[in-house]
Amino acid sequence: MPSTSSTSDQSVGDHATLLLDTNNVSLSFGGVKAITDISFNIYKGEIRALIGPNGAGKTSMLNVINGFYHPQEGTITYKGKVRRRMKPYQAASSGIARTFQNVALFKGMSTLDNVMSGRSLKMHKGLFWQMLHIGPARAEEIIHRKKVEEIIDFLEIAHIRKQAVGKLPYGLQKRVELGRAMAMEPELLLLDEPMAGMNLEEKEDMSRFIIDLNKEFGTTIALIEHDMGVVMDLADRVVVLDYGKKIADGTPAAVQADQAVIDAYLGVAP
Amino acid sequence: MEFLNSIFVAPFIDMGAAPDFLLQVIWEGFVSGVLYALIALGFVLIYKASGVFNFAQGIMVVFSALALVSIHKAGAPAWLAVILTLAIMALLAVAIERVVLRKLVNQHDAILLMATIGLTLVIKGVGEIVFGGEPQSMITEELGIPTGSTDWEVFDGIVIFQHIDIAAAAIALIMVAGLGVFFSVTRIGRALRAVADDHQAALSVGISLNQIWAIVWFASGVVALVTGIMWGARSDVSFALEIIALKALAVLILGGFTSIPGAIVGGLIVGIGEKMFEVYWGPLFGGGVEAWFAYVLALIFLLFRPQGLFGERIIERV
Amino acid sequence: MFYREAGQFKTSYSADQALLPIKQDRIGLALILITAFVFIPLFGGNFFLGTIMIPFLVFSLSAVGLNILTGFAGQLSLGTGAFMGVGAYGCYKLTTLFPDVNIIILIFASGFFSAAIGVLFGLPSLRIKGLYLAITTLAAQFFLEWCFNRVGWLYNYNDSGAIEVPTRLLFGMAVTGPEALPAVRYLVILTIVAIMTLIAANVLRGRVGRSWMMIRDMDIAAELMGIRPMFAKLSAFAFSSYYCGVAGALMIFCWLGSAEVEVFDINRSFLILFMVIIGGMGSLSGCFMGAAFIQILPIVIRWVPSALGLDVLAATVEHISSIVIGCLIIFFLIVEPHGLARLWQIGKEKLRNWPYPYAN
Repeated sequence: MPSTSSTSDQSVGDHATLLLDTNNVSLSFGGVKAITDISFNIYKGEIRALIGPNGAGKTSMLNVINGFYHPQEGTITYKGKVRRRMKPYQAASSGIARTFQNVALFKGMSTLDNVMSGRSLKMHKGLFWQMLHIGPARAEEIIHRKKVEEIIDFLEIAHIRKQAVGKLPYGLQKRVELGRAMAMEPELLLLDEPMAGMNLEEKEDMSRFIIDLNKEFGTTIALIEHDMGVVMDLADRVVVLDYGKKIADGTPAAVQADQAVIDAYLGVAP
Repeated sequence: MEFLNSIFVAPFIDMGAAPDFLLQVIWEGFVSGVLYALIALGFVLIYKASGVFNFAQGIMVVFSALALVSIHKAGAPAWLAVILTLAIMALLAVAIERVVLRKLVNQHDAILLMATIGLTLVIKGVGEIVFGGEPQSMITEELGIPTGSTDWEVFDGIVIFQHIDIAAAAIALIMVAGLGVFFSVTRIGRALRAVADDHQAALSVGISLNQIWAIVWFASGVVALVTGIMWGARSDVSFALEIIALKALAVLILGGFTSIPGAIVGGLIVGIGEKMFEVYWGPLFGGGVEAWFAYVLALIFLLFRPQGLFGERIIERV
Repeated sequence: MFYREAGQFKTSYSADQALLPIKQDRIGLALILITAFVFIPLFGGNFFLGTIMIPFLVFSLSAVGLNILTGFAGQLSLGTGAFMGVGAYGCYKLTTLFPDVNIIILIFASGFFSAAIGVLFGLPSLRIKGLYLAITTLAAQFFLEWCFNRVGWLYNYNDSGAIEVPTRLLFGMAVTGPEALPAVRYLVILTIVAIMTLIAANVLRGRVGRSWMMIRDMDIAAELMGIRPMFAKLSAFAFSSYYCGVAGALMIFCWLGSAEVEVFDINRSFLILFMVIIGGMGSLSGCFMGAAFIQILPIVIRWVPSALGLDVLAATVEHISSIVIGCLIIFFLIVEPHGLARLWQIGKEKLRNWPYPYAN
């Protein structure tokens, strides 16, 4: 089925491989239409921002990509495969990871365990070896522990690695959640308002992590964000949603100058 | 073949063969169903208003009934005993709210449930020490509840209706109707529903959680007392009743945790279903199936319609 | 002063991830094990072994089973008693059918029956959770209890309806039946419990254990991390029921010597749940603390008045026990939902700084 990309501006430089394509996706809950006929694409290696007023359907869109919600119409093409209904663990095993608006950490576990939980898909030793622990299971744990420690170093959360995450301040929790998503070594990382509730310094740290993630590890990132400054700095291209419909799609500069976007969301600078 | 016949055909033939007996069985089931419904009603009240599943409801039934009987035995006339028992239940409600609930505002459901399990133990222990472990008989006549029975001749046989059972059914229906109206129409009813939804949000609009909870637990205590009186009038009041109260859980599954009419409908389905199953299918299994029928029925329901017949569907949003 | 980590550097991840990273803890455990395996059987009398230690161990094992399901995997279960019963009756049938097979092997085998039944009644957990799930475990409890009563084949059509345990030997010594010595039975149970606890500890710190905790804390996020809820939940039911089944078999074969159905009734389920709550949900050591506490409590309650010279009825002791346990459950839930185990952990942390007054 041919993909109908409806973007106005294609300046993405050398990232020309399509990773994700949404086609005419519509989603309703009972009588409420959350998303109406939305199509946009994400290229491999880019940072794509989703912006728009609250309730525009941004989180719902991520949930659809993730497999948590199943759209009534439309399809998602990911890595060349077309599908409409996908279970969340299938999304995970095909390389999609995400963070949540309200931090969805495992509150009863430590930072280390939370990030380790992101390695779940990559660990294979069966129950028998785990009962013994000594031997293959322990060796596997150590391999993954090494990887997780790299991530912990990268995100500068080594000092809290053994603490229960429930007691951590909000900004650090968000960072741990990012670490957990990173541990999955995803190809596509969906970030739902990663900077919400952070002060300027924390936002700068988080921006740095996201940029490093994108440039060093090559992770494609789809990002919901309200802070236009962050969007301008980080994003390669932007999709703007309003009332469940797409109203603009292009580079940050182009979108910021778009009249429809200004009317719906941005307003004019004083 | 023989086996299939005995499950799907023979019992219905038995039913048809003695219709007066069938009516009697249905009536008996109806009566115990009403009593299950009353217990479930107490659960629903508290759950609807505070989101707490009060495991201690069953023991409150026993406790209130024993209190009533003991006070009367100590010399008080029936009407005074009722008033004093209600006062005790009010005090109990306030104490529970103050000592337990206030400290656990907005905790996980499972924690509140376990707290009420702990509460059950405490009330049971205190009750056994204060009132003794012996079964007591209910002061039915002194309370003015009609005794005796009416015989109805039908289908060449007789169906016997105990007056106490008719009274129980009537009282239950009145309570259900009254409570249903109360919840939907009054200001307090609205506040109760707000509290059930979200404790902290209700606090932030100025609803006094403490007051609401105390009211609701007291109302539940009243329901418990009525249940205890009715149940005690049919068979003695003893701590064995507590296990029977667990059956109310199955009723709640069928009727929905937040529905008052659901408690009645669920109770009747469980009561009648269980009796009929025991009488007509029980012999196939060696009897005693009443012990688990309600739960297995609830289990089947849970698989197909978890919110019950009348409950609200829960949609989880991420 | 005595209890501190200073000077204990971990140079490898495996050392950091060890079950007991702190040296003092390892010494402590070694002492406990030596006491348990050597001193207690040597010096403890038959009464101590038979009515205190053996019940404590058996209940601790059931508590481990329940804690795995409820404390670690977050699936509330009120059917523990019945699952124990399945193991017991399973073992009884096995030894009736295979009287020459070593009883220890049969005890371990009977756990699989419990595991299978556990998975069966755990299937609803795929669609329902929390309180609703608890009700399905109630269905399991009452239905299985009825089976123990009515299905004659289970108790070999005995007139009394109860099972009588035959004498079985291990290394030439009787370990079950009326001839078995308390010390022998104690050592058998102790060994089995120790091994199974170690296995549980290993599983809980690995991938599978983590998946259980993920499901407990936020099953939606767990799914998005690639965990299949079905596998995680059913494996928790299977593992947990296996432990309860073995505990049940041990209870009948190496402790009571016979069984009436009341042994595995709903009150038993509640009792084990109380041990888990008080000891600490989600803590292995808590299982033992909770079991010890509930065992010792009636003894203490009986002893206090008699030390004061008052006479107390056995029934009253039970009632006071109820009140104390109920109050403690409420107290712990308000103050420290992770029970005695967390209090113990906090105590150890304070001990790290002792005698220095500064906060951690």
